[in-house]
Amino acid sequence: MTTLNIALVGNPNCGKTALFNLLTGSRQKVANYAGATVERKEGWFTTPAGHTVRLLDLPGAYSLNATSPDEAVTRDVCAGTYKGEAAPDLLVCVADATNLRLHLRFVLEMRNLGRPVVLALNMIDAARRGGMEIDLPRLQAEIGMPVVPTVGIRRDGARSLLTQLDETLPPVPTPLPAGTDLHAMVRQILSDCVTQSTPLSDRVEERLDRWVLHPVWGPVILIVLLFFMFQAVFSWAQPVMDGIDAGMGWLGQQVGQLLPDGVLRSLIVDGVIAGAGSVVTFLPQILILFAWILALEESGYLPRAAFLLDRLMSFAGLSGRSFIPLLSSFACAVPGVMATRTIQNPRDRLVTILIAPLMTCSARLPVYTLLIGAFIPHRNIGGFLNLQGLVLFGLYALGIISAVVVARILRWRNADRQEATLLMELPAYRLPNPRDLALGLWERARIFLLRVGTTIVSLTVLLWGLSSFPAPPPGAPGPAIDWSLAGRIGHLMLPVFAPLGFNWQICVALIPGLAAREVAVGALATVYSLGSGTDTDQAALQLGQMLPTHWSMATALSLLAWYVYAPQCVATLAVIRRETSSWRVVALAAGYLFALAYVAAFLTYHIARMF
Amino acid sequence: MRLSDLPRGTDAVIDSVDDHGSTDPVAHRLRELGFVPGEAVRIVATAPLGGDPLAVRIGFTRFALRRTEADRVNVHTAAGTPA
Repeated sequence: MTTLNIALVGNPNCGKTALFNLLTGSRQKVANYAGATVERKEGWFTTPAGHTVRLLDLPGAYSLNATSPDEAVTRDVCAGTYKGEAAPDLLVCVADATNLRLHLRFVLEMRNLGRPVVLALNMIDAARRGGMEIDLPRLQAEIGMPVVPTVGIRRDGARSLLTQLDETLPPVPTPLPAGTDLHAMVRQILSDCVTQSTPLSDRVEERLDRWVLHPVWGPVILIVLLFFMFQAVFSWAQPVMDGIDAGMGWLGQQVGQLLPDGVLRSLIVDGVIAGAGSVVTFLPQILILFAWILALEESGYLPRAAFLLDRLMSFAGLSGRSFIPLLSSFACAVPGVMATRTIQNPRDRLVTILIAPLMTCSARLPVYTLLIGAFIPHRNIGGFLNLQGLVLFGLYALGIISAVVVARILRWRNADRQEATLLMELPAYRLPNPRDLALGLWERARIFLLRVGTTIVSLTVLLWGLSSFPAPPPGAPGPAIDWSLAGRIGHLMLPVFAPLGFNWQICVALIPGLAAREVAVGALATVYSLGSGTDTDQAALQLGQMLPTHWSMATALSLLAWYVYAPQCVATLAVIRRETSSWRVVALAAGYLFALAYVAAFLTYHIARMF
Repeated sequence: MRLSDLPRGTDAVIDSVDDHGSTDPVAHRLRELGFVPGEAVRIVATAPLGGDPLAVRIGFTRFALRRTEADRVNVHTAAGTPA
């Protein structure tokens, strides 16, 4: 039996992705469209009658008249003209039953594509609860294509759609004559097929938005949400992190006892386990952060935050649209830079890309956590705040304030007076669906662990090699690492970084940190465990307790300041290059970040030494 | 009157959307999003720090619009005459 190619299309916020997750479960693959930087989501499933379906989740679009790269991909794939993409056999057009006035216009556009189309009337349950009655047979007749009700968030919510897919493909709908007034047609269809019994002003959105978008309460709610987000990242994750930490220590000891003393044992225990272990420890924090961002996104709150912050963003010369890419950059600058594609204005987009690395990404968290845990006392302030959480909050704030300043300067330099646009939908509120959250989190965890498994472990092993060879001559004084290649490179870098209060161990750790910031923690563990000359696995896993004996407070603060700015992430620079197709932009980003990092660390070190 | 001049919470009906310049992507998109003559609109919220942007309800949908964008939309209040 042949595979059926189906493309899922629809307006943003129509619940398309929930339906996609419901149909395909975890059988999904996320990649990019060939030759474009638009995310391509594909999944597979089998219908009850045994047909194999390849389902493509196209980017949300308001119209086939594209105004962004995402919409252009949707337009071209639907038309079957996208290079390297098979033309879909069937389009499943998803429309939110509670928002038909907006969504049906796009559905009508589908009629002129010359392909079979099925309309999935999604969230039909919510529409009924809201007092809306939809005459499905009549709608089907007027819209000119099969209509199936779906509920993306219920386990059996796609049953009618699956039944429809097992029938023969519906006929290609009759195209609408050129120049048809689609809005007038939508209005006619709605008045014929839909009866609304409850007044609009009683809807949940109306009542919630009175608070959430309120000029005073709105920002208060936003600040409280963001503050709890950061407190949660720091305190809720701790027990799990302690558990993983202890587990890794135990593993190191067990493996250490099994293996004979020598190079292999050192490689496994000091290189692989100590390096990867100290990074895996931070998985709970990263997951909590992603869970917050995903939940805010799913619930419909994120665009409201963009609305509240638009004025603030326009102070930085940007629009509220830049808020979502920048917020994603708190998780990782790579998806953040990629998310800038939703910004239509090229100048806004460039500025957003350039300041995205200033948002504190989750890869910086391991470094922050390590240093804050080791140097900032665990003390309560005012009964419920803890000093460590406050310092973390301060580091995030520093990144944000710097981003505003940098954006202002870039705008001033690049005084293109093009109108900045916002024009953004504030979608219906939705309770985040556990399955969609879980799938999103699983995707992040997988990417993080893959990075640990490949890039990070190979880098820690490389660093272990640099730190172990050449071995010191027998009976040589001082720690072994002083004689190694890493020690020599660190010493060579020292004159540049000594004014920042960095010692050569930090310099060594900065090298692999280039590939991924969090590797610096693993690298420090490796460098210190090899340098300590005592029971190595213990030392590696108790880096936090050890550091205060090696570094001054000024050095630790200086390194924190360095990490707020430093352009230490090859992946970010690579994605900037890919998104802008310009090495000049990459050089500009790396150059200004390095300069800021150097100045900030220098000032921090010298000011801190005065106390 | 322009949508940007409409007081918060007042019901109004759209008369037209003006193009700023010969090809105005913003006006075009506004029309696609349903800002067409005869649609009922209402400003449901204005943002902090100067009341820009606006949150506008049109039909079942809410949009955030900057005042410069809302300037393109001509409306009259539902009860009264075009102002």
